Amino acid sequence: MRVNGIPNVRTCIAPLKNDIKVEIQGKYANLPDAKFKENPVKTIDIDILVVGAGPAGMCASIEAANQGAKVLLVDENPCVGGQLIKQTHKFFGSKHEKAGTRGIQIAKDLENELKELEKKGEVTVLLDSTVIGYYEGKGKKYKFGVLKRYGYEGILHEIDCKSVIFAVGAMENMLLFPGNDLPGVYGAGAVQTLMNVYGVKPGDKVIMVGAGNVGLIVSYQLLQAGIQVDRVVEAVPIIGGYHVHAAKLRRCGVPIYTSYSIKEVYGDGKVEGAVVVKLDKNWQPVKGSEEKVDCDTICLAVGLTPSTRLLSQVGVEMEFVPEAGGFVALHNNSMQTTVKGVYVAGDSSGIEEASTAMIEGKIAGVSAALQLSYDKKAKTLKKQYIAELERLRDGPFGEKPRVAKNKIKKLLEKKHV
Amino acid sequence: MKKKAIVCRCEDITEEDVLNAIEEGYTDIEELRKVLRIGMGPCQGRVCIQLVMKLLEKKTGKKVSKASLPTSRPPIVPVSLGTLASDKDEK
Repeated sequence: MRVNGIPNVRTCIAPLKNDIKVEIQGKYANLPDAKFKENPVKTIDIDILVVGAGPAGMCASIEAANQGAKVLLVDENPCVGGQLIKQTHKFFGSKHEKAGTRGIQIAKDLENELKELEKKGEVTVLLDSTVIGYYEGKGKKYKFGVLKRYGYEGILHEIDCKSVIFAVGAMENMLLFPGNDLPGVYGAGAVQTLMNVYGVKPGDKVIMVGAGNVGLIVSYQLLQAGIQVDRVVEAVPIIGGYHVHAAKLRRCGVPIYTSYSIKEVYGDGKVEGAVVVKLDKNWQPVKGSEEKVDCDTICLAVGLTPSTRLLSQVGVEMEFVPEAGGFVALHNNSMQTTVKGVYVAGDSSGIEEASTAMIEGKIAGVSAALQLSYDKKAKTLKKQYIAELERLRDGPFGEKPRVAKNKIKKLLEKKHV
Repeated sequence: MKKKAIVCRCEDITEEDVLNAIEEGYTDIEELRKVLRIGMGPCQGRVCIQLVMKLLEKKTGKKVSKASLPTSRPPIVPVSLGTLASDKDEK
């Protein structure tokens, strides 16, 4: 797709602006007429590079900087906060970890802390910037290429760092059904972005696919925005999300169909309806159970897959852990991967919650700083954070991540005994 | 006309394309990538790789957990050649 004349743009994450022009690219590209000579490559030498400014990355940066390390925080979005900037609901968990506070407020609090550290020169934040790859570094340093976008032009930055924390988050899963590319089929993240960040209604009548926490919470947010949610369909026989969220939806009259899925979506140029179907014990459609439902929006909340491409370029060991959402980097309880000085935190280390992502970020930040001999009671803090993380996962809702993290720990031990 | 189920939006590859390629004997993710260009567009496999892995498991019985991810190479997002080849700031 072409956005405002720029080819090969990932339209799905391009910031929404007035008069934005989105076109199908067609077969032929234009020869570029942009000037590049005026944009020389910049080099930055830093202690710790943090990739991703969501809850994990922001906490990692703050923690490492508080220990005295010089930190560069890079994010491809135009603002910090990651997914928090669309989370209008209040958080669960312990009081330590901002339970009762809305995600958007947590993002603002962390942003203010970062701004203070930026003023002191402890942290540099590079926005609209993507880490494009890992390159051969000199000595014990890691080298990354970062593309910073200025409107239609870009400036390449070469980053040399002693340590790196990947807090790169996750990707939304897609489903396969005929019509899955029709305009009106959204990921739940996209729906939240449109509604809660830009104030744009994604449609008027929605079928939500997936009854995990994301599906349930986004359904409720759709109702809050005055949008009709026809039903929630969930392929497994049980509701995966918290009971309070499901109960709230049902009180509003939204039925939740378990063991149901989308068979196909139809419409002329856009979603006009879907065929939902009952599934049997072997996930096969039950013949004759098809039902046509008129709607203009299909919202997919069918899980997330950790982002691992940069981690795999660095060469950390990865394994497939279903409870973690896919392939993840093996890591120890300091959040260090199998490559020294390379850390991971948040959803990219296994799909979980923002509250645990923040603590994982803190652990990674303090550990990375400590490894570089920045130590202001770092060991005590680290112990405290690790205990806090265990406490948060102790409840019944922490079961899946607990299983995931135990598997990761065992796989790591098996490889390195 | 029945609508198609799209696996890779960047390269416009359908479920049928993937299943046919598996039938033809391309039974690992690297082979499928090279034959179909799945995961080689602007998003570099963010959407399609997990779908292809599931199709492979369903069709061949090979467990996803035993497979490996396709090799990740820089740059992971499109970068213009001009930007990549820019001179260094000598200041």
